[in-house]
Amino acid sequence: MEKTLDTKYTYTEKKDTRSGFGDGFLEVGKKNKNVVGLCADLIGSLKMGAFQKEFPDRFFQVGISEANMMGVAAGLTIGGKIPYTGTFANFSTGRVYDQIRQSIAYSEKNVKICASHAGLTLGEDGATHQILEDVGMMKMLPNMTVINPCDYNQTKAATIAIADHEGPVYLRFGRPKWPIFTPADQPFEIGKAWKMIEGTDVTIFATGHLVWEAVVAEAMLREEGISVELINIHTIKPLDTAAVLASVAKTGCAVTAEEHQYNGGLGDIIAQTLVRNQPAPQEFIGVDDSFGESGKPEELLEKYGLNAENIVKAVKKVIARK
Amino acid sequence: MEKHSTEQLNAVCSQVRRDILRMVHACQSGHPGASLGCTEFFVALYFDQMKHDSSFNLDGKGEDLFFLSNGHISPVWYSVLSRSGYFDTEELKTFRKIDSRLQGHPATEERLPGIRVASGSLGQGLSVAIGAALAKKINGDDRLVYALMGDGEQQEGQIWEAAMCAPHHKVDNLIASIDVNGQQIDGPTKEIMNLLDLKSKWEAFGWEVIVTENGNNITEVIQSLEKAKTLLGKGKPVLNLLHTDMGYGVDFMVGTHKWHGVAPNDEQLENALGQLEETLGDY
Repeated sequence: MEKTLDTKYTYTEKKDTRSGFGDGFLEVGKKNKNVVGLCADLIGSLKMGAFQKEFPDRFFQVGISEANMMGVAAGLTIGGKIPYTGTFANFSTGRVYDQIRQSIAYSEKNVKICASHAGLTLGEDGATHQILEDVGMMKMLPNMTVINPCDYNQTKAATIAIADHEGPVYLRFGRPKWPIFTPADQPFEIGKAWKMIEGTDVTIFATGHLVWEAVVAEAMLREEGISVELINIHTIKPLDTAAVLASVAKTGCAVTAEEHQYNGGLGDIIAQTLVRNQPAPQEFIGVDDSFGESGKPEELLEKYGLNAENIVKAVKKVIARK
Repeated sequence: MEKHSTEQLNAVCSQVRRDILRMVHACQSGHPGASLGCTEFFVALYFDQMKHDSSFNLDGKGEDLFFLSNGHISPVWYSVLSRSGYFDTEELKTFRKIDSRLQGHPATEERLPGIRVASGSLGQGLSVAIGAALAKKINGDDRLVYALMGDGEQQEGQIWEAAMCAPHHKVDNLIASIDVNGQQIDGPTKEIMNLLDLKSKWEAFGWEVIVTENGNNITEVIQSLEKAKTLLGKGKPVLNLLHTDMGYGVDFMVGTHKWHGVAPNDEQLENALGQLEETLGDY
């Protein structure tokens, strides 16, 4: 169905965002000799093997001990290293929240927490691994930057860019093969929202995998005569407040789309920004206070209301509320 | 650095103990017990063992580094840092008070010289020390990394993750000590969660283990740390079981968990200070 739509962005290939991370990690390792890697027994899943092979002296397999990994990473910054930690998003956040809070965020350590297999699209492994609360936990921490890129190319660009940012970063990406619809040579500016499509009736703020669903939704809505502005929020914190307010000032309403709980995610921070500055109707695409389950990524996005069809419904609803 | 005599070091210890008690008394909070118990260890590190620069560079390249995992014994660390030139001793007056750099537990946010990472939530410091030691290896920096943990803290799982990690990665530029005083907040460690044979446990995890029988004897503490250094550089980290008496130096505080986190009142302070000579001048 997607193929027959006249989407503003198209793709010829699908690839997993974790591969974007792995390829970006190797590239940034070549560029910056201070970049080092740590992994808690998931080198294959995180695609960190190429870096490990190229720079064995700058890579530390720490085994299944994520708490220790966060501490060791914090220590490596003392001496000028830029550690990238690798494990699943669940074990990168909830399992090690106190370690990140004290040894990294409060201590202002230059650690890059690289978290794969985030969200429902992890798929068959089910709810134990499908973390939907990680963005909330990380964005609550003072000093923490939170980035959730949308495809292979953007993930690769983000992975390279964060090395030049002094301070802790949470970089969230995923497992499934996903359309590559953004350019390979894109600049990545942390904290700068990307207006992908201009429109006048509604603004969709999307992050991560759901940016593609929003691209599809825009094409569906355009066929019905609804003009959508689509903004890619790759950096959830710090939020590009100026871009958010400028767009909603024009369109008068917003839909947020994310592979995360309503509670604590992108929708929350957009709502907070609007309420504080220029209240406007908003609808939320996200998981409604529940855990996930096993299934194929597309099946899960449909069941939990996170696909293009649901974005279309939310847009119609929010426009009616204007 | 000029070598201090045993008498000089003991004189520093006496003053540090006065500082600890006065700091905790002034804000009526903080942890005097293990601060008093670890005084000789801190004085040995900062006045005898470590190559360090009180002008303070966070990266500490070319310096020995120290990490305190059991951050609640901040009074002894703050006193020793100020007495060794990191900041003016007058600042000890601000301990635990509003707008102070001397937070209840050590922190970096206020930029207090000498502190490289926050600690307080237990179990994290050894991992950080391992990371700093690995960075020294990558940088070709042959100075050492020291860490101190509490014995109650050995009940935290992360300690044992770190214990496994350091020998695996041949972190042989690290000397970690455990303050073995047998006490924790709720009572003796034996009653709260028995640690059993720490020496065998750490040896089984692949560490060189040494024992300091009397961690309140400055000569013995220095001998232990000297011995530890001879064991480094051979593929294994060193673990020093530092036996101390909680509350050492004040007769009514010694050997009990009751002074773990309780401040003396005016009368108790006067009694305690009467047992400790003012050697370097009170702040």
